Amino acid sequence: MTAMEFEVQLLAVVVAVACALPGCFLVLRRMALLSDAISHSILLGIVLAFFWVQDLASPVLIVAAAATGVLTVALVEALHATRRVKEDAAIALVFPALFSIAVLLIARHAGDVHLDVDAVLLGEIAFAPLRRFAWNGVDLGPRSLWVMGIILLLNAAFLALVYKELKLSTFDAGLAAALGFSPVLLQYAFMSVVSVTAVGAFDAVGSILVVALMIAPPAAARLLTHRLPLLLLLSALIAAASALLGFHVALRLDASIAGCMAVATGVLFFLALVLAPERGALARILLRHRQRLEFAGLMLTIHLLNHEGTPRASEENRLGHLPEHLRWSSDFALRVARHVEREGLVIQGPGDCLELTPLGREAARHLMVR
Amino acid sequence: MSLAEILHGLLFDFTLRTVALGAAVLGALAGALGCFAVLRRQSLLGDAISHAALPGIVLAFVLTGSRATPVLVLGAGIAGWLGTLAVLAIVRGGRLPEDTALGIVLSVFFGFGMVLLTWVQGRPDARQAGLDTFLFGQAATVLPADVTLVAGVGSAAALVTVLFWKEFKLLSFDPDYARALGLPMGRVDLLLTGLLVVAIVLGLQMVGVVLMSAMVVAPAAAARQWTDSLRTMVLLAGVLGATAGVTGAALSATARGVPTGPTIVLVASGIVVISLLAAPRRGLVAEVLRAARVRRRIRADAVLLDLYALSRQHARSAHPHALGTLQTMGGRERGVTASLRTLEARGWAAPSAGEHWAITEEGRLRAEHLLRTGVGGEDPKSVEGAEGGAES
Repeated sequence: MTAMEFEVQLLAVVVAVACALPGCFLVLRRMALLSDAISHSILLGIVLAFFWVQDLASPVLIVAAAATGVLTVALVEALHATRRVKEDAAIALVFPALFSIAVLLIARHAGDVHLDVDAVLLGEIAFAPLRRFAWNGVDLGPRSLWVMGIILLLNAAFLALVYKELKLSTFDAGLAAALGFSPVLLQYAFMSVVSVTAVGAFDAVGSILVVALMIAPPAAARLLTHRLPLLLLLSALIAAASALLGFHVALRLDASIAGCMAVATGVLFFLALVLAPERGALARILLRHRQRLEFAGLMLTIHLLNHEGTPRASEENRLGHLPEHLRWSSDFALRVARHVEREGLVIQGPGDCLELTPLGREAARHLMVR
Repeated sequence: MSLAEILHGLLFDFTLRTVALGAAVLGALAGALGCFAVLRRQSLLGDAISHAALPGIVLAFVLTGSRATPVLVLGAGIAGWLGTLAVLAIVRGGRLPEDTALGIVLSVFFGFGMVLLTWVQGRPDARQAGLDTFLFGQAATVLPADVTLVAGVGSAAALVTVLFWKEFKLLSFDPDYARALGLPMGRVDLLLTGLLVVAIVLGLQMVGVVLMSAMVVAPAAAARQWTDSLRTMVLLAGVLGATAGVTGAALSATARGVPTGPTIVLVASGIVVISLLAAPRRGLVAEVLRAARVRRRIRADAVLLDLYALSRQHARSAHPHALGTLQTMGGRERGVTASLRTLEARGWAAPSAGEHWAITEEGRLRAEHLLRTGVGGEDPKSVEGAEGGAES
């Protein structure tokens, strides 16, 4: 691995983790799509600031872009507050308008702006190591790695600082307000953090993939745990894994790194959706299966108890007759019988007659009484 | 280019006329169907669908090697449809909130589309050139055959909407009631979403995947301000969408290198702003004026009651009182004269020499009526009307 490849991977991981941390709260607070709005509209801030300072490397661009992100949130809320449009429509109205202005500005001044539309949507993480950060002539690594590293630390510090307040206002906004935490202040502080993160990541992975990195890893982690600290940790891990996976696939295919990272977050999310221990699709199918078998097993013990000691017992309680009496398929009846035998509720008597064990008799009686 | 030249071009320039026709049909279709999405709080579903369509477009090209619009639109439609199914699966299967599901689908599908696009662009195949105009749309790439396709499919979609009008209306406003009536709302939902997918993928060539959602939401949100009737709203949204489409496409087609999508979206956004401000009943300007009128009337009533209270202390109720007294009683200096002028115009107060005012006989009756009923204004409904009916 070349030094450049290493630097790109490191940057990808830092970007992914920096996005995933605030992303957890976006998902929990049901504001996932504000990340979409912000990541688009910051382009306008970048373009306007560029016209002003004429330097793509200027920190003014970051500040202006982050301000546009917060402005987007304010505009969405103002539009919603007029009660003329609902919140989802407000989001869908604000960011396309701001983004359109930015794209048209770029198109009109294509000659003097070194921003092209592909870079806006995809970023240029592969070229990130080309822009170095030097101090007194000493090369200190890629500039964007420094920027994203600082943003990552900023995010971690912000979350550590207002963890309690953010947690409370996320899960019980009413209580948080009643206890005197200003929800508006917290909301705007949080949205500023999201905006700054989006700006930093925008440079590396482009506007739409910021959304993938902010939403998909926390959503995957959400399927794996109910605990907030674990959620943050797992999101960061999943995000880092997506970044590395995406990078290597992109290298094989010679395709967009950022695009591959987004697909990787999608793949990991899909795995979580299917395989998560409790909330995953597979776990839920297995659970339903087991519950069906258990319920049927209890039905069987009651059936056996009902006919036990009657003259027709040997007829009624034969395994071969269960399909007729309980309307089960013979295959299912066999599986149920195996299940209750394993549980020690029933033993196979002479012929294919089923007999209750004392334990099974007890269980069936208990159920009947209840 | 001047307005006259653009108008001339729209009528007589072949390319421009084609583009304008296409944009009109697309704008009308997306605007009309967008009404249902906006009313059902699914404004951002359009965003997810249009982004999800990108991999479909590129895959359709890779598999068939063709850049014909019907092929790409079919691919986009399938991918957009899969995207909506994925949203449903994530919401139902993972029990995650809908906005999270939309965010995942739009970004991951789009990411996949970008992977395919960069991969295709890396191959020595000249035919792929121009696929990326689907990102922001390019009106100039629209051919007459495309317009025919769009018009055909669009008419079919409009026909389906008319046939299922009752069901769509119920689905938008009271799906539980519809379910109780025994209507298969699940299938109606799929059909309506399917139509939305059709409208979106047809518009991609013109507006592009990134901004197509605005074409679904903006005309509908604008139309909503002018009317409370679904039929009027859908028709109006269609007209506004077509207007935005034609204007935007014409503007972008006449300038070099200006992508069509952003231009159309900005025109549509302008229509929304105008509607929000200027609509007769729900408009913000109308509301401000209404509030000012109500405030003026309440203030005039307050001054009238002050005059009445003063008149009670004199044997002759027409005894005039100094303006200063009324200002002190009202607790404000400014505006009392204006209120008195209002009262004078209604015949409830009469001025006399040296800024003195007296209540008239009619004014006395009016003040007593006010005190008895506690209702301001001779038309109580107009005051209530200012309060209610604001929330959409």
